[in-house]
Amino acid sequence: MQSFDLGKEGLRALNSALHALKGQTNMTAWEVINPKGAHAIAAGVDAPVDITVRGSTGYYCAGMNKQATIRIKGSAGPGVAENMMSGTVIIDGDASQYAGATGRGGLLVIKGNASSRCGISMKGIDIVVHGNIGHMSCFMAQSGNIVVLGNAGEALGDSLYEARLFVRGSVKSLGADCIEKEMRPEHIALLAGLLKRGEADGKARPEEFRRYGSARKLYTFNIDNASAY
Amino acid sequence: MCGIVGLFLKDPKLEPQLGAMLTDMLITMTDRGPDSAGIAIYGGARDGLGKLTVQSSDPGRDFKDLDGDLHDAIGQPVAMRVKSTHAVLEVPLDQMEAARSALAHLRPGVKVMSAGDSIEIFKEVGLPKDVAARFDVARMKGTHGIGHTRMATESAVTTMGAHPFSTGADQCLVHNGSLSNHNGVRRELKHLGMTFETENDTEVAAAFISHKLHDGEPLGRALEATLTDLDGFFTFVVGTRNGFGVVRDPIACKPAVMAETDAYVAFGSEYRALVNLPGIETARVWEPEPATVYFWER
Repeated sequence: MQSFDLGKEGLRALNSALHALKGQTNMTAWEVINPKGAHAIAAGVDAPVDITVRGSTGYYCAGMNKQATIRIKGSAGPGVAENMMSGTVIIDGDASQYAGATGRGGLLVIKGNASSRCGISMKGIDIVVHGNIGHMSCFMAQSGNIVVLGNAGEALGDSLYEARLFVRGSVKSLGADCIEKEMRPEHIALLAGLLKRGEADGKARPEEFRRYGSARKLYTFNIDNASAY
Repeated sequence: MCGIVGLFLKDPKLEPQLGAMLTDMLITMTDRGPDSAGIAIYGGARDGLGKLTVQSSDPGRDFKDLDGDLHDAIGQPVAMRVKSTHAVLEVPLDQMEAARSALAHLRPGVKVMSAGDSIEIFKEVGLPKDVAARFDVARMKGTHGIGHTRMATESAVTTMGAHPFSTGADQCLVHNGSLSNHNGVRRELKHLGMTFETENDTEVAAAFISHKLHDGEPLGRALEATLTDLDGFFTFVVGTRNGFGVVRDPIACKPAVMAETDAYVAFGSEYRALVNLPGIETARVWEPEPATVYFWER
């Protein structure tokens, strides 16, 4: 286990050490202590390592992550796991706004609540939130899946493309072109897998969720509107 | 950007450390706004006495014999504490208006930063660490206080454009964001008799709330009215003689974190500002909801 005291050694030293890890490494387990809400902790990691941050983080923790498993033993500030490519990010507490924004792959698990704009413009990431998500979540979400065990705020999935949104609780309002869709057997199977990977299979069953998706009226060209262009 | 910090103490044992705690929080937020910094601190109210905090760009000239000259003008004793470019004048509460009028004649270059029986506001252009040192904020005592570090967007980087803004007795407001309808609201408030020192959008928000409070609205209702009448981005933190409030606009893109223990309620633009507070490890920490008013009063 590599232990790193962020208060003593500083953020640049931490991220330099993590960026130096390439391909297979025998330094596979890392622990970051004294994060104290610092920004950009473990951003840009590209190695199959396991990093545990013991405390709460500021902006952009685990941004652009590739391959790594990053655990936050606290809450995360804005933009956690932004543009994640692969790997896993697990937050024990809450996440601030735009968690998982533009994420292209990997798995983001938030065991508390996520605030506004969770999964905005997501492009392939899977997000599992054990609590609630705030307003404007999944705005223009293009692909990937989000699973919310609690409730969703206003304007869920506004201007949605092809991401799949599963919400167990209430949805305050749906955004433009976002509609409820039927749950078919393949969705139940998909959800079962996501709940298990998101460490939520003991908390909820797939049958308890509703599915929301795009009505596909906003992003597809409609010949009747041709004169408007 | 801009950075906001605030502390409302529930445990009187922390009151001697209020200035030191706020200073530490504010310096942590320096990279959210290096243009100017300010602090409003509440405490030290004495029966029958009011405090005018004033500022001068030429304190050597303006503050010389100011207490004596004011005494001669209003016929009552005046105590003065000079702190760098600011001075706190203690005058009998019933002579506050007379003292302000006399001040305008005696020292036309002097600006009033705050008036009330417990508020004092100190603000200047510069980094939080320099502004805090200049006014020795770390040694200030009090019951609650609000600090701000500014990255200017809407108006000039000047002392008067720094936050907090005070537009009513013992009231103040700080702001992260920008308002888009402030000119219209300012015009309406002027029509209703409010006066303004700057072209700044935040001063309009402060005056809007002061006007509501003047009309007898409670603090919570005054804060709710900002959600319908002010357009733009805002996280506001406000102080009154015995209260502390927070409200964010419905879009809520300006960050905010709060923490509460048995000893205090704290506000920070980021969690970083709160990490050195006593008992933060076990505090209730949360992000204030959009379009939701929070306030505490004692």
